[in-house]
Parts: sequence; C-alpha cells; structure tokens
Amino acid sequence: MIPVILAVAILIFTIMTFVPGNPASLILGADATEEQILIKEHELGLDQPYVIRLGNFLKQTFVDFDFGRSYWTNTSVTEELMARFPRTLAIAGFAMLFTVIIGIPLGIFTAIHEGTFADRIGVLLCVIGVSMPTFWLAMLFVLLFALKLKLLPAQGMDGAKYFVLPVVAQSLGGISGMVRTARAAMLEVVRADYVTTARSKGLSERKVIYEHALPNAMLPIISVLSGQLANQLGGALVIEQVFSIPGIGLYLINAVNTRDYPVAQSSVVFLSILFSLIVLLTDLGYAAVDPIIRAQFVQGGTKKKKRKEENG
Amino acid sequence: MADMKKEKRKGINQWQEVLNILLHNPNAIIGFVIVAVLIILAILAPWISPYNYLEMNLAIAKQGPSAAHIFGTDDLGRDILSRILYGGRYSMSLGFLSVGLGAIVAMVIGSIAGYFGGWVDNLLMRMMDVLSAIPGMLLSIIVAAALGTAYHDTVIAMAIGNVAALSRILRAQILSIREKEYVQAAKASNCSNFRIIFSHIIPNSVMPMIINCTSRLAAALLFCASLSFIGLGVQPPEPEWGAMLAGARGYIRTYPYMLISPGIFIALSVVGFTLLGDSLRDAMDPKLRK
Repeated sequence: MIPVILAVAILIFTIMTFVPGNPASLILGADATEEQILIKEHELGLDQPYVIRLGNFLKQTFVDFDFGRSYWTNTSVTEELMARFPRTLAIAGFAMLFTVIIGIPLGIFTAIHEGTFADRIGVLLCVIGVSMPTFWLAMLFVLLFALKLKLLPAQGMDGAKYFVLPVVAQSLGGISGMVRTARAAMLEVVRADYVTTARSKGLSERKVIYEHALPNAMLPIISVLSGQLANQLGGALVIEQVFSIPGIGLYLINAVNTRDYPVAQSSVVFLSILFSLIVLLTDLGYAAVDPIIRAQFVQGGTKKKKRKEENG
Repeated sequence: MADMKKEKRKGINQWQEVLNILLHNPNAIIGFVIVAVLIILAILAPWISPYNYLEMNLAIAKQGPSAAHIFGTDDLGRDILSRILYGGRYSMSLGFLSVGLGAIVAMVIGSIAGYFGGWVDNLLMRMMDVLSAIPGMLLSIIVAAALGTAYHDTVIAMAIGNVAALSRILRAQILSIREKEYVQAAKASNCSNFRIIFSHIIPNSVMPMIINCTSRLAAALLFCASLSFIGLGVQPPEPEWGAMLAGARGYIRTYPYMLISPGIFIALSVVGFTLLGDSLRDAMDPKLRK
C-alpha cells in the first residue's frame, strides 16, 4: 500500500512535468522580460533538475505533510484541500452509500423474480440508468427541480439542501450499475448445483435464497465495489462542475487549465491516497466479517496476499 | 468442454452457436441496430447533414425545432442536427480507438506477464497496481492535461484507464489456460511452442477480453463525453456530444432546449453498446445458457 502510494506520487509528478507551457511565463503574463521569467522560475524552483524537484515534492508531501502553495494565489494547497474535500467526499460517499443500500437489494430482488414484469421493467430502467451521462441527468434535474419547480437550489454550496440534487443525480447511475451486477451475480448462483441440491432436500425457498445462494453471490458484488467507488469519485469531480460546488473537482480542473502544478498534482495524489485507504479499509472490513473472503485471502491469488503483506 | 466437442462433431462450431443465440435475443438485435444506425449516420455525416456544422448565423440563433432545423439551432445559430451527426464521428471513433488501444497495450503487457511469470510478471503487475490506485477519471484528467487536447492525445488519455484492468484479465486467463488439459495434450503430442501459444492459448484467452471490451465501449462513450464536458477532451467548436452539453450549460436558464438532443444521443449510443455487450456476454457464457 505505501509503495503503491509513493509510486502514484512519482507517476503523477512525472506526468505533470510533461505538461506543456511554462508556469513562470504564464503567471507573469505576455509582456514579461526574459530576465523576469528566469527570476520567477528560480523562485518557484523550476530551474532545478527533475530529480531534485521530485525529491522535494516527495519530502514535502510525505514527510512534512505539506502540499506546497498555489502558484497563482499563493494560498496553502493543504488548507484548500482540507476545506474542499469534505464536499467532494460527501457527494461521492452518499452516492456510494445509496448505490450499496439500494442497488444490492434491488438487484437480488430482480434476480429472484427473474422473468416477471417487475424484473423486466427493472432491467430496462437499469440499462437506461447506466447509459445516461451523470452530468446530463444532473442538468435535467436542475432544469426541472431548480428552475421550473424552484424546489431546490441550482448551484452553490450553502447547507444540506445544496447536496440533494448532486447526490441524487450521482447515485442513479451507480444504483443502476449495482442492480445489474447484483442481478447477474445472483442469477449465476441460483443456477448452481448446490442450490438445486438445497431445493431438492426440501429446504424452504427463503432458506435456499438467503442461506445458500446469497452469501455466494456477495463475492462478485463485493469485488466490483472499489471500481464503483472510483466511478463515484470521478463522477463527483465532474458533477461539481455542473453545480459549481467548490470541491476538489473544480479546484483540480481549474488548476489543470492554469498550469498550477502544485495544486493539480497534490489534488490527484491526495484523492488517490484517500481512494486507496478506503479500498483497503473496505477490503479489511469484509475480510474480517466474511469467512468466505477470509479464506480467499489466505489461499487466493498471490496479488491479494502480497498486498496484505505490504500493508503489514 | 464436453459440450463443445459434441457440437463440433455435429458440425456446428462455437461461433455459429453464439451467433445463433444472439439472433434469437431481442436485446442483442436492438443493441446491434442502434449501434449500426449510429455508426452509419456518423460515417455518412458529410453527405447527409443538412447544413455546415460550423456555419454560424446569429439571426437564427436559439430556435426550437422546425422543419428547416429538426433539432433547432444552438446559441450561435448552428444547426444542432448537423452538429450531432458530426459529433457522432468524434464520440464513436474516440470510443473505439481508446478501447482498442487500451486492449492492444493490455494484450502485450498481459501476455508478457502471463508467459514469463517470475519477476517480469511481478514488476508488470505492480505497475498495474499503481495505475489502478488512481481513479480512472483522475488519471485521464492528468494525462489529458499533460498531453494536450489534440485528437490522438484524447485517445491516449482515455485508453490508459483501460490498460490495468484488461491486462489483468488477459494475464489471469493465460495463467489458467497454461495449465489446461488440452494444452498438456498438445504438449504431449509434440506440438511446437509457437503452435501452442497461437492456436491454443491466445484464441482461448482473448475471448473474455473481447466481451469485456464491448462493455467497455459503453463506458468509454460516457467517459469521452465527461472528459469533453469538463473541457479536457474534444474542444469547441468541434461538435462532440459532451462538448455540446458543456456549451449548453451556459444557456440552461434561457434556452434549455440545447441540452436535450446531445444527451439523448449519448444515452442512446451507450444503451446500444450496453445491450450488445450484455447479450454477447450471456451468449458466450455456457453457465447462463438454459
């Protein structure tokens, strides 16, 4: 885990050094002299070789826990990130929560009632749900709920009701995706031989589904959770754009457009660390509660074993 | 396995069977028709679009649908239908190219890791761990920022998100197939390594990847739209669907009509690829056959 995060930081830093355009001349404007640009470059430390800058960046980030200062506003990136990340996390986190607590039961429900009218409607709605771009859905919501019905605010961030539209828009895609995954996983399990055996020995349908089929269907469902989380985080960055929510997404995209290296690389490194931590925590949490996964960790692929060793 | 051999004896090959299943699946046909129509429209765009997609005419700006402009006109008086048709070229080709490029790179990485094993495998897979530790959207944003927003740069920025997952799928397949009985049988009958790899291992290991790629195409179209929407993909005035929505955002209060059609086309194309990917996966998976 720690080597992975270090490697992520190095990778991001390296990619950022390839960004075209010189931040020094961008900051000073078009009519800066050659000399002024050189002085500014020296100030920003851009005249030093790549290895030294990389070393400084890593030391700053991982030893001093300081993400540096923005080239443009000279404000502390760490403070900005701390102020902004709760908003991004709230959108992604709530969307993820709804995805799990609504998506999984609904998926299992449709699988159990496969072929019925409700199942067909559910499947159709989910295909549409995963196909609509989240940011488009969000804009349609703004149009309907904010501009036409005037129920909820269209943009900004000033209290809980500002989160409603972004979170709902962000959740729908996730829920649809989760229903599809859970349904497919459940259908696969329901056709397995041991389910037929369980039925043939006269167990009640309830017992067959909840005690024999469901625990086994949970494995593929759990394995897509981290991918879902990555989607929700990425989606939150985009949806901030629609609602002008001052979260990490707006900060990052603005920084990318203005060549604000410290801001851009710190935001990405910060979110990646956050993402890896959450994935690790959920992995460990599930491993602790679920004996099936615990067994998988022990005998399963070398990848998971290695990861666990790295984490100590 | 046994089933397949029986079928071979009857003279039906696996592909014909899959095709047969697909032809009897209404979802597969709907998906195929949607995708085919959208691709044909995109290819024919220069001949069938009623207006020049770049031609501005402020006198007719922000008009609703009419006989002259079926989808209306945008804020600069450009015909939205023409822009949608041309936009399809960007969205579709970016989707195909980015998934294709990702798959090719993944195939190289995955097969090297799978064949050689040992430290090569270890090194490559740790690199993939690093790539997948960065959420896909972030990775693409940062790569798009570094490379720029030219067409091929956007393809690379979108492709990189597919590499890690696809190479893992291929590697896992190769690892499991290396140990299969038919590979051992081929070895025992003195088959050359070259023949084993190319006629036994590769054809059997790329299938899950192809199925995965079809579903990935749907995701790639959404991804492409998001990237253009935040200004890091296809740039205005070029008419990519996501970029058109970004343009429409500014007029959501005064002229919301601009929002509707690009979004519908994105959703429609994604529905097409999703249905196609689903039915292909179901058709190829013997466990789901009834």
